[in-house]
Amino acid sequence: MTLKTTHLLVVVFYASNRYDHLTRVLTKILDERPENVVDVFEDISKDVKVSRFAKKLDALQDEPEHLAAFEAAEVHKTLYSKGGDGSEAEPEDETIETPLPNVMELAFYFEQAGVGLSRDETCQIFLALKQLVDTHPLQKCRFWGKILGIKGNYIVAEAEYREGEEEEDEGLEEENEGAEKEENRDDEEQKEEQEDMDPFPKSTYRPPPVVPKEENRSGANKFTYFVCSDPGKPWVKLPAVTPAQIVAARKIRKFFTGQLDTPIVSFPPFLGDESNYLRAQIARISAGTQVSPLGFYQFGAEEGEEEEEVGRDTYEENPEFEGIPVPEMAESLASWVHHVQHILPQGRCVWVNVSQKKGEGEEEEEEEEEEKEEEPDEPEPEVGPPLLTPLSEDAEIDTLPPWTGKVSSSLIPQYSIAVLRSNLWPGAYAKFENIYLGWGLKYIMDNFAPQLPPQVQMEYTSGPEITEAEDPSVEEEQAMKAALEEQKAEEEEMEDMEEEAEDDD
Amino acid sequence: MDSNIIHLSLDLSSFSGIILSPEQKAALQKSMVILKRDYKFNRVLFWGRILGTKTDYFIVKGLGSDELRSKAFLYSFNCLDWFLLPQSTREIVTSSYAIKGRFIGDPSYVYIYVETEIVGEGEDAQEEEITVQVTEEFRLVAVIAQIETEAAVVPRGAYIKNPYGQVNTNRRFEGLSMTEAKKLNSYFHFAEPVRLKKKTLLEKADLEPSIDFLDSLEDDLPSGSWSLQFEKGNSVVVLRSLLWLGLTFYHIPLTSHHGYTYIGTGQKNIDFPFML
Repeated sequence: MTLKTTHLLVVVFYASNRYDHLTRVLTKILDERPENVVDVFEDISKDVKVSRFAKKLDALQDEPEHLAAFEAAEVHKTLYSKGGDGSEAEPEDETIETPLPNVMELAFYFEQAGVGLSRDETCQIFLALKQLVDTHPLQKCRFWGKILGIKGNYIVAEAEYREGEEEEDEGLEEENEGAEKEENRDDEEQKEEQEDMDPFPKSTYRPPPVVPKEENRSGANKFTYFVCSDPGKPWVKLPAVTPAQIVAARKIRKFFTGQLDTPIVSFPPFLGDESNYLRAQIARISAGTQVSPLGFYQFGAEEGEEEEEVGRDTYEENPEFEGIPVPEMAESLASWVHHVQHILPQGRCVWVNVSQKKGEGEEEEEEEEEEKEEEPDEPEPEVGPPLLTPLSEDAEIDTLPPWTGKVSSSLIPQYSIAVLRSNLWPGAYAKFENIYLGWGLKYIMDNFAPQLPPQVQMEYTSGPEITEAEDPSVEEEQAMKAALEEQKAEEEEMEDMEEEAEDDD
Repeated sequence: MDSNIIHLSLDLSSFSGIILSPEQKAALQKSMVILKRDYKFNRVLFWGRILGTKTDYFIVKGLGSDELRSKAFLYSFNCLDWFLLPQSTREIVTSSYAIKGRFIGDPSYVYIYVETEIVGEGEDAQEEEITVQVTEEFRLVAVIAQIETEAAVVPRGAYIKNPYGQVNTNRRFEGLSMTEAKKLNSYFHFAEPVRLKKKTLLEKADLEPSIDFLDSLEDDLPSGSWSLQFEKGNSVVVLRSLLWLGLTFYHIPLTSHHGYTYIGTGQKNIDFPFML
């Protein structure tokens, strides 16, 4: 016992003095009187110390720990189970080309470059993608990246439906439109009611023409995106992006929260909730950062010259592509090209003349002369760089080059790979395959300055026709009444006089 | 994070997307051992990586007898050859506030900017323009010092202050409980306390002086600048700073594993108020 105490004296050096600690330990022993004090002496001493670190208990007890870890494990477990009819379908799977990419192989290459997630997580994402491919008729599928949020993260998959299998979704959209129409009808009914009462003055403001949304499978809506917050949880399809959303997303800078239905509170106002914002950011990142080595893709041969004006939007893999030496790829940006269309300032990949459309739609009956007059006002068609433009033509962010090229290993150059890092969208990496891991925010050189609210509108010039007269007070009113009555009385008198005069005749 | 558990630690802090390549990891593990011997550090921790437009800085932190105060930083480009950074002073930090833009990756690069200073008093006051030159190495020192004071995180109870005022690891620390791990007030800034001294006696009544000697994350201003999440099937707590994008802290509840790394551009997110 004495030996042990001296040993303890050395240990109990900090936190309080030896005497206090020994007193506490001895009090505990005397209080509890355990049978084998010598054996558990260290434990008792330790307990006493730990009890000092623990926070003092409140009168309120903590509620029993809700072990979310169990639930999460349950959810993840579903990923590892095979599908219901797995055994029968297997031989078929081998023959049919599956759209599922080999995520693990990709992750290996990205790991060489120092980018990526931990292996467990990649494996789970891989399995989650498999689930997505099994449940949806997809032609192509790719792990697009991960976007971090404040409360949760998004894992994003890029997919392309097989031809003609998107109908159900379109049906849904139509339903939505139907609902909108009904609402409109309600509005109209209300309007009719209102018209009976008193017509309100009509606003002369006309909203600027809405830039039409791009069709599925073209431009910014070329691919469909699915997100899920955690592998194993259901995949949610993101709505197609509208040009207005892209334009609005350019002006704001917000963190994602991790919940798709969060409203975006910002100025200038953003139409839609977080799912729309996420989709718009994905479109912008894809357009800015998806690159491939020069010569890997080529334009389809059947495309005619005439299409060049519009901007070609399709490409195919070049079967004769032989690869470019690694050092060259890492050093010169000219050996990389964009393979996603540039998004124009209008918010679309293919430019649409809005004013012309208005001319055709609403003002058909008007004379041609007027249209000619309008022409000078028409905006210049916006032209973006054509598809498969080398990266070396990218605009610099002030003096900062937009991409950083790197070789993965300087020691073993034979097996190293070339990596590109985007400085414009921190988090975007390219290596034959593109991945984005980050906060979903564009890099800006200077501080972000939110757009100022517009100038207050001019006041209507005040004149006598709109100045409001003051209400008369009670006294004034009575005086007025009295005056009127007097007048009436006088008139009556006059009339009486006249009548009398007539009677006299 | 310690050199001998670097694999585990890097794996745990990889949720934000940037990891080290296997080559870098292996090199780090070897060179950190040598560093510990050559500089006579008690412990060597991997601190992070600052992304430059040309090359990246890898940064390690060496600790002396006092874990809070005696520390030194070293940087490297290839995880093998390390260079000692000068100790940060107030002048270095203030002189680099005005620098904008990304790091280049060249420690001798000189940033030049013009500062206006008011000379004289009253009516004689005149504006004088001074050109300030700051090398990237000094900027690196300043940024590391800033991140250390604003975003270095430790769980409550992991460090202990002894009667002589020295701060050491608490050998009795067994990790936060799940309930504690969900609250921001069980995490502390691992830097000299600022707000603690301003607290009222009533607020200080429940504090244990040997562990509660640091500022809690809960009192941070602006509030909401930390994102607390559970990863890996709710078994790891991950804290991310929204002011210093790229700073990740991890802790496995009920174990003494904890650590933080900074992998980012080395720029503070000053747009934060607009982004919530």
